[in-house]
Amino acid sequence: MKNLPIKAFLEEVGDATMFFLQFFKELFKPKFEFSELLNQCFYIGNKTLLLVGVTGLIMGLVITIQSHPSLKSFGAESWLPSVVSVSLVREIIPVITALICAGKIGSSISAELGSMKVTEQIDAMEVSGTNPYKFLVVTRVLAATLMLPLLVVFGDVIALYGGYLGVNIKQMVSFQLYTNQIFEKLTFGDILPSIIKSFFFGFAIGIIGCYKGMKSKNGTQGVGEAANKAVVTATFVVFIIDLIAAQIADIFQIT
Amino acid sequence: MNKSTIASKPVIQIRGLRKSFGENYVLRDLDLDLQEGENLVVLGKSGSGKSVLIKCIIGLIVPDAGNIEVFGEEITDYSHDELDKMRLEVGFLFQSNALYDSMTVRENLEFPLRRHQSKLLKVNETELVLEALSNVGLADTIDMMPSELSGGMRKRIALARTLILKPKIILYDEPTTGLDPITAKEISSLMMDIQKKYKASSIIISHDMNCVKITSNRIVLLIDGKGYITGTYDELSKSNDPKIKQFFD
Repeated sequence: MKNLPIKAFLEEVGDATMFFLQFFKELFKPKFEFSELLNQCFYIGNKTLLLVGVTGLIMGLVITIQSHPSLKSFGAESWLPSVVSVSLVREIIPVITALICAGKIGSSISAELGSMKVTEQIDAMEVSGTNPYKFLVVTRVLAATLMLPLLVVFGDVIALYGGYLGVNIKQMVSFQLYTNQIFEKLTFGDILPSIIKSFFFGFAIGIIGCYKGMKSKNGTQGVGEAANKAVVTATFVVFIIDLIAAQIADIFQIT
Repeated sequence: MNKSTIASKPVIQIRGLRKSFGENYVLRDLDLDLQEGENLVVLGKSGSGKSVLIKCIIGLIVPDAGNIEVFGEEITDYSHDELDKMRLEVGFLFQSNALYDSMTVRENLEFPLRRHQSKLLKVNETELVLEALSNVGLADTIDMMPSELSGGMRKRIALARTLILKPKIILYDEPTTGLDPITAKEISSLMMDIQKKYKASSIIISHDMNCVKITSNRIVLLIDGKGYITGTYDELSKSNDPKIKQFFD
């Protein structure tokens, strides 16, 4: 019987769930692949640092420039650093960084694993006495989970500096005054949720990239499709996680 | 090495092996023995289950039913760790070579050594890598990337990687597919040299009748997932059975 869409969908969900659960099973099982984990952390950081930095700077500048007229109309120009910094740190930078990583890291992980699969390199690893899930998947997912919060912090710092440049286009504000205005309003209640949700963003990007890559079929065409699906799915999941994180923060009144 | 010089002690014994993918029954009650020191060629049409057979032996595919004994040990119920231990003794040459394209030739060869490190005595990795590369005549490619090598060179490097753990059994999955006739002949001769040097037993999956002629001590013809006939190249090439003849014409 030909697979009905609903049956295929349920099979995909079941398959993805098993893949997801296997991560936690393999995570705590020795032997630990520290060297490959460090390689992947370096690779992810190195590949996205510049992009996250430049995007952060632009976002800081743009948000500040665009918020200026509205605040000025209320006579609340002095609130500009604090308002902008809260929106950048809480929402804009974590989500933008996650979207950059979904595009750059998710697609690259998926394409790499997909091409390794179609060229039998994953089978060769298994024959060489390596657990491919542990060596390829666990290390990449962990690296994405650990690196994303660091990239978000880096993006935050650069974006806040971008905000400083934006503020100084219209008015003269010293760097010290600007930072004082930021930290008057910015609290751990703003920073912590954004860091915590970044771990989840990283995990989602890593596991989706690995799943789509490891399950890719139909040769090189399948590798391209897997990379594409990894980006689309990870982007969608990032927004879902962001929505859930906003609800949780609201329930626990972390505002 | 001819058939008479091969000791009749099976290193691999397969009984009643079955494997299907959905409605597609690939192996149906297959029986097969690999004797110590012999090169056994498995011949058959595309899709007749040849590659599935050797992937079942190495533990990459789990059979639906049947027994596979390697060195007298039943491996179908082996755990992952037990399979890894068995794979120290059984090498596998992939049809696509399966070289890690993000690693140099040296790293490709060191990979199985490092993975089995805990099970091996302290060894000088570079020495072993150079020895394996010398065996295939490519010691000067040690720091090159697989993408910089020709098809024949990649096959030799893949063979060197298979040999680096000095396996007692080697499973070759279409070792000469995609190579020009001269390189294919060189690879076939290399396989014979390896058999002599390492006293290895091999199962060779091949369509290339020149390779079959050079390397085989014995041939098993697979038809409909079962062993149809077994014999030497000379015996089978003289057969008038159309099912056999089509491979030799």
